[in-house]
Amino acid sequence: MKFPYSFPVTRAFCTYLGQVAFLAGETFTSIFAGRIRWRLVLQQVDEIGFGSQAVVIITGAFTGAVFTAQTFFQFSALNMSSAVGPVVSVALCRELGPVLTALMVAGRVGAAMSAEIGTMKVTEQIDALRALAVNPVDYLVVPRAVAMMISMPLLVGECLFFGIIASYLVAVKLLNVGSVYFIHNMWNFTHGKDIVMAMSKGVVFAILIVFIACQQGLNTKNGAVGVGRSTTEAVVISSLCILIGNFFLTMALNIVFPAGAH
Amino acid sequence: MSVDNLIEVRNLRQTLSGQEILRGVNLDIPRGETVVLLGQSGGGKSVFLRHLIGLIRPLSGSIKIDGEEISRLSERELEPVRRKIGMLFQDGALFDSMTVFDNVAFPLRERGERSEKVIREKVAHSLELVSLQGQEKKMPVNLSGGMRKRAALARAIISEPSCILYDEPTAGLDPIVSDTINRLIRRLQTQLKVTSIVVTHDMISTNYVADHVALLREGRIHFTGTLSALHSSTDPVIRDFIEGRSHEID
Repeated sequence: MKFPYSFPVTRAFCTYLGQVAFLAGETFTSIFAGRIRWRLVLQQVDEIGFGSQAVVIITGAFTGAVFTAQTFFQFSALNMSSAVGPVVSVALCRELGPVLTALMVAGRVGAAMSAEIGTMKVTEQIDALRALAVNPVDYLVVPRAVAMMISMPLLVGECLFFGIIASYLVAVKLLNVGSVYFIHNMWNFTHGKDIVMAMSKGVVFAILIVFIACQQGLNTKNGAVGVGRSTTEAVVISSLCILIGNFFLTMALNIVFPAGAH
Repeated sequence: MSVDNLIEVRNLRQTLSGQEILRGVNLDIPRGETVVLLGQSGGGKSVFLRHLIGLIRPLSGSIKIDGEEISRLSERELEPVRRKIGMLFQDGALFDSMTVFDNVAFPLRERGERSEKVIREKVAHSLELVSLQGQEKKMPVNLSGGMRKRAALARAIISEPSCILYDEPTAGLDPIVSDTINRLIRRLQTQLKVTSIVVTHDMISTNYVADHVALLREGRIHFTGTLSALHSSTDPVIRDFIEGRSHEID
């Protein structure tokens, strides 16, 4: 049966998935074989982790603030304003924190990775690496993948921390929710597993961003136009994969870490 | 008497974007000599060169480097072969995030050299060979075309390869800089005793550096021989190429 193999979009999609999976396989093989250049990993941690802090802090803080305000406006009509703290903290931990951090990192870091590797591709620098007996996956992808898997959970944690701080300030200082109620309820309803879930999502999103961005970069063609296209596609595809993947992750992780239960 | 060939290519075929670029290339590269591969622009010379270092896999045919068949080797299996060969890319392909020093030191660091003293000495020697002393701290973007090629050549020779591949080494350079590059290629051959393969369509460069010449035409080797045999040939294709005649009517 020729369908769906004769269908060009299906074939292109399958080819793309295969390329990303192959790149991921090759990268993890190199990581487990110990072919990690730690100096480059540290450079990337600096670029990805430290460089993304301002973006992540602002995203976390203002998401926490606006979500708190909106929750308060709805809940206060039901005399449930003391529930604002746990609602915001659980929502931040389980969904908003990891997803928004990943989207911001995809926009900032994924685009930069794709553009940098894509430019190296079209200017023959990747061929030069190969000609110098240096494997481009080991040199370019492995350090970025390791750095992303280290940085993303930390960035998610930072996003949660500043989101909750902002939530507290808005709820307690601005909207007059009782400080003790806010902290007590938040403490009671937010569990360690919610934070573990956030970190787990952070690692998965890191893997999605790094392999999508690097695959786009390594397959760049047609000069400057191609670099622009790869960069745009890296951001669009990784953002969509984060949003779609988040749904399936939520469903799967909710089995491992059921909401509400201790 | 059999000739000691460093590279032997047999019936090499390649198709790119549906177009047959190489249609069964046969060529031997004798050890320690400079072979110039001539041919028209877009005729597949650079594609051929890239096969010799495994950057492109042949559709069919055989490529032997030092007696080892490389056409079926994986990327990792190719690494020891690539360590024997240096390549000068057409635009240099220097790493634009690194200084000239770091570019030239790159192969040494990647091959495990940890002593900065040794690295500094070897980089200085390589830069001296290509007459580029004092440019160590510059970024590639701040170099002229000729300097970029010389820096790339310093990077290619620092790990003392037994063979150097030159992809259009004088393309886009003025005659003076081209002459500098030609002298450099010759000097490297006499000083380092390396085997060189130069892909070009520049006859001045060919006359200066070549021991042997091969002419690639329509995906096949049309002529191989010495430089004097090329010049004494009466083959109209070769005469047209040497004398730069297109036969187009104005």
